[in-house]
Amino acid sequence: MMATRFDRWLNTLGAWTLALIWFLPLIYAVWTAIHPGAYATRFELFAPLTLENFSNAWNAAPFARYFLNSFLLVTFILIGQFVLCTLAAYAFVRFTFPGRGILFALVLLQLLVMPDILIVENYATMRKLGLVDTIAAIGLPYIASGFGIFLLRQTFKTVPKELEEAARIEGAGPLTVLWRVYVPLAKPTYLAYGLVSVSHHWNNFLWPLIVTNSVETRPVTVGLSIFSSVDQGVDWSIINAATLMTSGPLLIAFLLFQRQFVQSFMRAGIR
Amino acid sequence: MTFLKTMTTTLSAAALLASTAGSALAVDLQFFFPVAVGGKAADTIQALTDEYAAANPDVKIDAVYAGSYQDTITKTLTAAKGGTPPQLSVILAVDMFSLIEEDAIIPFDGLAKTDEDKAWLTSFYPAFMANSMTGGKTYGIPFQRSTPVLYWNKEAFKDAGLDPNTPPATWEEMVEFGKKLTKTDSNGNVTQWGVRIPSSGFPYWLFQGLTTQNDVILANDAGNKTNFDDPKVAEALQFLVDLSVKHKVMQPGIVEWGSTPKAFFEGQAAMIWTTTGNLTNVRDNAPFDFGVAMLPANKRRGAPTGGGNFYIFKDSTDEQKAASFDFIKWITAPEQAAKWTIATGYVAPRADTWETPAMKDYVAGFPQALVARDQLEYAVAELATYQNQRITTIFNDALEAAITGTKTPADALKEAQAQAEAILKDYR
Amino acid sequence: MTHRREWIYAWLLLSPALVLLFAFTHIPAISTIWDSFFSTPRGIRPSKFVGLENYEKLLMDDTFWQVFWNSIWYAVVTIPVSVALALLMAIWVDGKLSGRSFVRLAYFAPTVLPLIAVANIWMFFYTPGFGLIDQISGALGYPSVNWLGNPELALGSIMVVSIWKEAGFFMIFYLAALQSIPPVLREAAAIEGASRWTFFRRVTFPLLMPTTLFVSINAVINSFRMVDHVFVMTEGGPNNASSLLLFYIYETAFKFWDTAYASTLTVVLLVLLSVIALGQFLLLDKRVHYR
Repeated sequence: MMATRFDRWLNTLGAWTLALIWFLPLIYAVWTAIHPGAYATRFELFAPLTLENFSNAWNAAPFARYFLNSFLLVTFILIGQFVLCTLAAYAFVRFTFPGRGILFALVLLQLLVMPDILIVENYATMRKLGLVDTIAAIGLPYIASGFGIFLLRQTFKTVPKELEEAARIEGAGPLTVLWRVYVPLAKPTYLAYGLVSVSHHWNNFLWPLIVTNSVETRPVTVGLSIFSSVDQGVDWSIINAATLMTSGPLLIAFLLFQRQFVQSFMRAGIR
Repeated sequence: MTFLKTMTTTLSAAALLASTAGSALAVDLQFFFPVAVGGKAADTIQALTDEYAAANPDVKIDAVYAGSYQDTITKTLTAAKGGTPPQLSVILAVDMFSLIEEDAIIPFDGLAKTDEDKAWLTSFYPAFMANSMTGGKTYGIPFQRSTPVLYWNKEAFKDAGLDPNTPPATWEEMVEFGKKLTKTDSNGNVTQWGVRIPSSGFPYWLFQGLTTQNDVILANDAGNKTNFDDPKVAEALQFLVDLSVKHKVMQPGIVEWGSTPKAFFEGQAAMIWTTTGNLTNVRDNAPFDFGVAMLPANKRRGAPTGGGNFYIFKDSTDEQKAASFDFIKWITAPEQAAKWTIATGYVAPRADTWETPAMKDYVAGFPQALVARDQLEYAVAELATYQNQRITTIFNDALEAAITGTKTPADALKEAQAQAEAILKDYR
Repeated sequence: MTHRREWIYAWLLLSPALVLLFAFTHIPAISTIWDSFFSTPRGIRPSKFVGLENYEKLLMDDTFWQVFWNSIWYAVVTIPVSVALALLMAIWVDGKLSGRSFVRLAYFAPTVLPLIAVANIWMFFYTPGFGLIDQISGALGYPSVNWLGNPELALGSIMVVSIWKEAGFFMIFYLAALQSIPPVLREAAAIEGASRWTFFRRVTFPLLMPTTLFVSINAVINSFRMVDHVFVMTEGGPNNASSLLLFYIYETAFKFWDTAYASTLTVVLLVLLSVIALGQFLLLDKRVHYR
């Protein structure tokens, strides 16, 4: 009995220590953001508080526009992924056709050869298409997602045949069956996949950096990176205020939905 | 009848179109600039462009902050290759060769039509023009130009028993002062370093201060031959390494550029080398009395120039080019340049700017601002070659290898010279 | 006839996804390989076939080898550590723990923060002298360490940030898996007097095997894809000590504009990823029980 109590105490201690270390960067960001620049590296309990860093950051760069761009980008990608991956996954599950195995292998290949590493060629393609410096160019390479097709295919496979047959007896065509039977049953997968996709693309940096040149298309990450360039010295207070402003929405969203999030992963069978 | 009717409608429509086009002669310009935002610098750029736009209602200027110098050149070249370059941009003076090689920019000479324009082209400090001309043509107009200077903490000097008003004049003095200024705590850990010469990102720039003082030039004017393996370069590098290793007056390893002003404010370093573009930042934020001095001398005084020039891009209409030219002429004129210099610390690029009342007032209250200008007399062109990005990367890697002790200065430089040679031999 | 209609239907459903997949993954991958046999077009000199010249240059390129081994080390360290930590975290927040929702939030927070932004915070932690780590270690009497400015430490410092960023993300997958293990199993094991460790080793861990496979494939991909913090913290320095393959590809392509050589580097990355994925699959596949 002693041993288990000690064991539990040890685990709690370990879990909390790790949690504090993991939270430290965020705590520091909050500290610097609400104190004047002089206290960015000095930690005194009674340092004066200020909101000036936020207003300075907000006024210094068009964050509202960056925000809008990121929002448009993430929405565009998410809708595109949902539609395209659903159709493709459905085709793989519901139909038999020549080349199915090879095509699925090609889809899986994208798990490995992700667009992120093909920056040179994809940039050339965007140039040829005249899409450089558009939000579409940031999103397009990610829309047909091998990961999404794979996940949805796994989920669709678990849909009982009886349900589908019942629907078909009522005279529903393949698309109606997809919409009425498959999609509703895969809701948790959509939620889980959607969250992963949103957090990935909200935070994606390298490809948007390459393919955008102007305020009208730059997502938040690229905006932040040029905002925090250090040629004239680093100013942590204002950078961190900007960081908090821009990642606040996602952080709050997770805070509110964390239970649903985990449950959707569970039910989606991503494990 | 119907035919005639159609004709007249078409003609009148065309006439209407032509007249609207005539009245709406608005020229759109996109302008990339690289100064840290949130500070006075970005505000000043914005204010100046607004002022220009107010005076010239037919010109619309979209000033876009494009990140660091590095970000800006990368972005601009990417945009130029993608067919959407800005019309004008402030980019490092040393990127001139890269921009020419990519056929992205045009010389100013063709745009200077009047005698006045031509005189204007020759009105800048020669030290700054060294990086702005090649083959007899002017490709860049100095604007955001700088030179490294030494900032020193007068209080720390006093505490160390040094005269707070005398900065080191030579390498020996810098070491000697540095030794007195380096303080350790009871555990033997250093709490204040004597000197800080940052070496992250682009160490070649401040290092070029040392090589110039050691009386050696790093590359030829044509930008197609480097001189990295000169024994005098190795000597300068050895001195830089020795500051940490032998004299122990500087933090060992790579010293971060971005946090250097902060380290100065926090009393972590009593003397720092950094750009004069930080002058206003230091003035506003240093919680102690500080001085600004020219870099110390060895065989001679010396420093590189640095910073950005205006460039005009090829892929624009003639109207845009003319408007860009006019804007650049306006913003580098004495009144505007004075505002810019006062807000940032960048060196006003023309002598007459220093004669404006605003500048005279400023300098009278803040004589430190004169140091950078006076240093121009000893300044040399910043290292610039063809394939500049690649050559400086090679050189930076060599410097970093020596600073971190992975290679000896002589070996590192010899290898760098061989690599640079392999690339530049095609350009002779 | 019905078969033919089914085929057409399936192809129609697939075509939008396939068009984009081919346009942005398969064709670029193949043209990357193709381009690696040509020279970079520069101004007046057009690109020409050079055979294996780019590969010869690659073998002679010291920077490439440095970056290559950096990437390998980066993968070898960050993948197992972040996966193991993720599992540990998941077990902790799955069990009874006071303040569980805070702990869970803390673990997950890095996933939500853009790496490009938090890299600045980490840079402050690592700053010698007045950075957080040095302030703490200085108070305890330890000497100052120049984490990012020392070639021996820079890569390690970068790895810590990646692990911090990744572990919480993987934790979610493990957590979902743990919560779907029937409690009956645990009760049965308790009755038989199995210790927690035995239970974990014999029951939990094997049941988590599919998750481990899934997570570690993700970890492999991310370990070659995540270079955002390198941009901010070291720019690959000192002397390429913390540079990674994708960062080097970016530099070569978009700083030096040597696209042919960048393609050659990309080919190496593709080969590397395939080899690792294949090895991983063979290694883990035997132990995964698919249901």
